[in-house]
Amino acid sequence: MSALVWAAVILMGGAGSVLRFYVDGLISSASGRDFPYGTLVVNISGAMILGLLTGLALGHDAALLAGTAAVGSYTTFSTWMLETQRLTEERQYRRAVANIVVSLVLGVAAAALGRLIGGAL
Amino acid sequence: MPEPAVPRTGPPAPGSDVHGPEAVVFPVPRKSRLTPPRADRRQVAAIFAGGALGTLARAALADAFPHSATQWPWPTFAVNIVACLLLGYFVTRLQERLPLSSYRRPLLGTGLCGGLSTFSTMQVEILKMLSAHAYGLAACYAAASIAAGYAAIHLATALVRRVRVRR
Repeated sequence: MSALVWAAVILMGGAGSVLRFYVDGLISSASGRDFPYGTLVVNISGAMILGLLTGLALGHDAALLAGTAAVGSYTTFSTWMLETQRLTEERQYRRAVANIVVSLVLGVAAAALGRLIGGAL
Repeated sequence: MPEPAVPRTGPPAPGSDVHGPEAVVFPVPRKSRLTPPRADRRQVAAIFAGGALGTLARAALADAFPHSATQWPWPTFAVNIVACLLLGYFVTRLQERLPLSSYRRPLLGTGLCGGLSTFSTMQVEILKMLSAHAYGLAACYAAASIAAGYAAIHLATALVRRVRVRR
């Protein structure tokens, strides 16, 4: 593993996080704060792209850079959990459960769809 | 999470109440339109730096501990739970204890924890388990990640708040 690859991991990771910030902010500005749609859109779109990359069966370095670094950084588990926990603190139990179930079901479905598309390419 | 209020320079937004040059302008309720989040260059740089560091740690772990489709994905599981502990701690402390800072949340929350944790890798891991007919493993992995992640946020939040009450 070359130092160049790890430098690229750092750059891709930074870029993925910045992209998440903008997509999340953009969606949240339109959807309001009742439900964390911003994170949902980020995570589902990211799951689909990573599924697509998986279907493409990239080499080790390409998978590390595009998948693990860029898309992995773009999506977030911690904010998903934080927003769910804050919803339960506000006694929004149905929204909290919906946030978990919808993210998980759509996430796996989006990854499967992406892998299907990637495999067909 | 949407960013909290960001100090602004320049003319005050219509309807805002400015108390001085250091005043923080809270976003006025907007109509439902797609509006890009406001962030100055240094905040974007903070998100980039935090995200780069978190991603480097996660990618190094994933690279060092490869696993097959039907093995428990310890690298992803570990970074996700650690990121939840950190995020719960940072966000609660920054929102409820420390004075408003423009850079800590982007650096530590959006950047570091967001870059360290990953949703997409977890979903693809679950998908691969399902494809390998390891349904029990997939269900356990999903349930354990969510339960532990939620508990980590809850625990870190409670710890910060308990210290606060004692003061």
